[in-house]
Amino acid sequence: MRRRLGLLTVILAATLAVPAGAQEKPRYGGELIFAVPSEPPSYDAHREETFGVIHPLAPHYNTLLRPDPADKTATRIVGDLAESWTISKDGRTYTLKLRRGVKFHDGSEMTSKDVKASYDKIIFPPAGVASDRKGEYLDVEAVQAPDPYTVVFRLKWTSGSFLMSLASPWNWIYKADILAKDMRWYETNVMGTGPFVFVEHVKGSHWVGKRNPNYWDKGKPYLDGYRAIFIRDSAAQVSAVRGERAHIQFRGFSPAERDNLVAALGSKIAVQESPWDCALLVAMNHEKKPFDDKRVRRALTLALDRYQGSQALSKIAIVKEVAGVQVPGTPFATPPAELEKLVGYWRDINKSRAEARRLLKEAGVADGFAFTFKNRGIPMPYEPVGIWLIDQWRQIGLNVKQEVIEAAKYYAELRGGNFEAAMDFQCGYIVEPDLDLYKFQSKDKSPANYSRYTDRVLDELYEKQSRAVDADERRKAIREFERRLVDEEAHYLYTLQWHRIIPHNARVRGWTVSPSHYLNQQLDTVWLAE
Amino acid sequence: MMAVKPAALGEIPEVAERGGWRRAVLEFCRARPLGAIGAVVVLINILVGLGAHVIAPYDPLATDYGAMLARPSAGHWLGTDAFGRDVLSRIIYGSRTAMLVGFACAFLGATLGAVIGVTSAYFAGKVDLLIQRVMDIFLAFPLIILALAVVSILGTGIENVIMAITIPMIPRAALVARSSALAIREMPYVDAARAAGFSHRRIILRHMLPNVMAPYLIMLTAYLGQAILLEASLSFLGLGVAEPTPAWGLMLRGAAVQFAESAPWMAIFPGFAISLAVFAFNLFGDSLRDALDPRLRTQ
Repeated sequence: MRRRLGLLTVILAATLAVPAGAQEKPRYGGELIFAVPSEPPSYDAHREETFGVIHPLAPHYNTLLRPDPADKTATRIVGDLAESWTISKDGRTYTLKLRRGVKFHDGSEMTSKDVKASYDKIIFPPAGVASDRKGEYLDVEAVQAPDPYTVVFRLKWTSGSFLMSLASPWNWIYKADILAKDMRWYETNVMGTGPFVFVEHVKGSHWVGKRNPNYWDKGKPYLDGYRAIFIRDSAAQVSAVRGERAHIQFRGFSPAERDNLVAALGSKIAVQESPWDCALLVAMNHEKKPFDDKRVRRALTLALDRYQGSQALSKIAIVKEVAGVQVPGTPFATPPAELEKLVGYWRDINKSRAEARRLLKEAGVADGFAFTFKNRGIPMPYEPVGIWLIDQWRQIGLNVKQEVIEAAKYYAELRGGNFEAAMDFQCGYIVEPDLDLYKFQSKDKSPANYSRYTDRVLDELYEKQSRAVDADERRKAIREFERRLVDEEAHYLYTLQWHRIIPHNARVRGWTVSPSHYLNQQLDTVWLAE
Repeated sequence: MMAVKPAALGEIPEVAERGGWRRAVLEFCRARPLGAIGAVVVLINILVGLGAHVIAPYDPLATDYGAMLARPSAGHWLGTDAFGRDVLSRIIYGSRTAMLVGFACAFLGATLGAVIGVTSAYFAGKVDLLIQRVMDIFLAFPLIILALAVVSILGTGIENVIMAITIPMIPRAALVARSSALAIREMPYVDAARAAGFSHRRIILRHMLPNVMAPYLIMLTAYLGQAILLEASLSFLGLGVAEPTPAWGLMLRGAAVQFAESAPWMAIFPGFAISLAVFAFNLFGDSLRDALDPRLRTQ
C-alpha cells in the first residue's frame, strides 16, 4: 500500500511537472529520439491512414491550418501556412491568405498554386490516385487560387466543420510542379516546407530529419534534428524509454507501462495524459435476431456499469472516461449530469440491470440466451474491454462466447454483416462532431455503419448539427443525435473513451498531449532541456 | 518422434489377460517409478478437470474489481488476475480445457494416423507411395507452424484448435503405424485372411490394426503432452481458445505479461501447471514405451 502511494505521488509529481516546464525559455540543440510502433506504408499522407506515416514524416511538412499545439483539447485552430482567413456571410466561401516567404526544402517558394494542387489531389484525385479522406470534402465545390497568396474554397452548402477539415494533420502541402509531373511522386519521396529536412529512412530501423535552416517561422525549430526509431514491440518501446535510448513514444503506453517507467526513472520521467478521441463501441447487427429489437439492444447497454468499469479498467488498459459521442471536456461534450440521464449511464446499476432483465423478458429473450461476440485481435484495449463486456452481460443472464478475429480479417467480417454483436471503434484526428458522428448515419450513407440500420431521423439530426452555424444550436442538435443513437434506439453501444498516456523523458519540453495521436507531430515547438 | 518396433504378436493379449492388469500395473510401478509418478499426476489432472465444478473455490469467470491483482492469500491461495478472478479456480478449470484438447487431439491424431498408416502399408505399391508423399508434405512443416497455419485458416475457438493440433499429428502417427504394419502385412495370418476372401476393410480393422496397439498407445501418451503444450502455445499467441474461457496458455498472455513484475503469480502458477502436466505425460509416455518395446524391455 505504501509502495503504491509512493508511486502515485511520483506519477502526480511527474504529471504536474509538465506545465511548469512549458513556461521555460526554449533551448536550442539536441536530437529528439522517439519510438514509432508502426512503419509508413508509403510517404504520402493523403493516401494513408496510419500514425506510422504521421509520426516520422509530419516534421517535413506544413498544413494550411492546425490545432494550436499548446491546446490540450486541440479544438482551437491557428494558422500554419495560412496567416489569416475569412468566411463569407452565407458560410459557403472560405478565403485564406497565405504567408509570404515560405520555401520548400529545395529552395522554391510555396504559393497558392501548391495549395490548390495539393487540395485538388485530396478532394478530386485523378483515376489511379488514392485519397483516403476525400469523402470528408463532399461539400467542396471548387478550390481556387486567385493570386499567389490567396486560396479560396467554395462550398456547395454550409458546414460547421470545414475549418477543422482544413486543419487536418493529413493534408500536407505538396509542390505543384512535382504533382504536375507525377501524382504519385510523394509516395516514395519527401519535399515539404516543414521545420525539418529529410535525411534518411532505413526500413525496419529508423527515420532521420535535420533542422531546416530556412524555416519560415523564424527562431524555430529548436532541435538540431530528430530520429524516429521503429519498434513494434510494446515491451521494447518501454525498454527504450527506460534505458533513455528514446525520449518519447507519441502514441501512448498502458497504465502498467507508465507505472513501470515512473518507478524506474522517478523524476527523469514526465507524464502527460489526456482523454483520447477514440472510443470502443459495440455494433449490434440489426439484421440478426434478437438484435433487431431495440429492447434487447437497450438491455445490453443497461447491463454495463460504466463508472465501475472506468475505475477498474483504467488501471489495466488504455481506457478511462465515461463519455457520450464527444470527448469529455471538449466544446460539444455532454456534461456528466446530463449524461447520467441516458440509458446505460445511470448511476444506480441495480436499477439499470433490473430494467435490462425486464426488457429482455418482454422481448422474449430467455435467461441464459447465448450469442457470439466478435472481437478484434489487437490486445490493447480490445482484449480487456471484451472480457469486461462479457462479464457485464453475464450479470443480466446472457451467455456470451467471444470469438477473436485476426485484425486483418476483422473488417471483412464486419462489412459482410457476419456477426451478431461485435467490437468496433471510432477514432478521430480532431474532436469535431461531423468527423466523430459521420459513421452513425444510415447504412446507405455510411459504409462504416456496422450495426446495419437505416434511421432517417438520425440522418436528419446529423445534417442539422452539421449545418448549424450557431454553437448552441449545434450543441442542441448533437444532444438529440446522441439520445437517439445510444438511448432511444440504442443502435450502437459506447463502452469507454480511450485514455492517452504519454510518459516521456523529462528533458522533452514544448510538446503538449492532445486527444489525438495524429496531432502535434510537426515538432517545431519541441525542445530538449539540459 | 521416435520409431517404435511393433510388439511381437501375442504380447498385448498377455498383458490384457483377465486378472493380469493389477499385476501389470504393480510391475510397471515397481520397474518404472518415474513413469508411475507421471501416471499419478496425469490421473490427478484428469480428476481435477472432471471435478472442477466441485473443487474450485470460486467461479472462474466471476470478476471482483475490489480484488484486482491481489497477491496470494488465505482468501485466494494463488492470488487473483487483472479482473479479480481467482487464479487457482481458473487453473483448476483450465485443466478441463487442457485435458479436453489433449485427449481429443491425441486420440483423433493417433487413431486417424494409425488407420492411414496401416492402410498405406497394407495396400503397398502406388497407394502407399501416394499416401507417403502426401504425408511427407505435411511432415516437412514443424508441428507448431502447421498448427498455426491451420488455425489461421479455420479461426479460433476450441473446436478449431482441436482440429489444428490434430491435423499435424496425423502424418506423424501414420509414419509410425506404417512401419509397424509393414511387418504385420507379411504375416501368414494376413495372407490367410486374404485367401479366405475377407474384405480389405475387415483385414485392416480386425487383423492389422489391433496388432499396432503398442506403438499406438505410446503415440497416444506422447501426443497428449504435445497437444497440451500446443494448445497453451496457440492460446498464448491469441490463436487458441478465447477469453473468458479458463485455459492455461491464455492465462499467460495479456495482463500476465503486462504485470509480470508487480503480479508474477498471474504467470508463474499457470506456467507451472503446464510444465507439470507436460512433464507428467512425457514421463508416463516414455515409461510406457519402455515397457511395451520388447527391445528396451530386455535391456
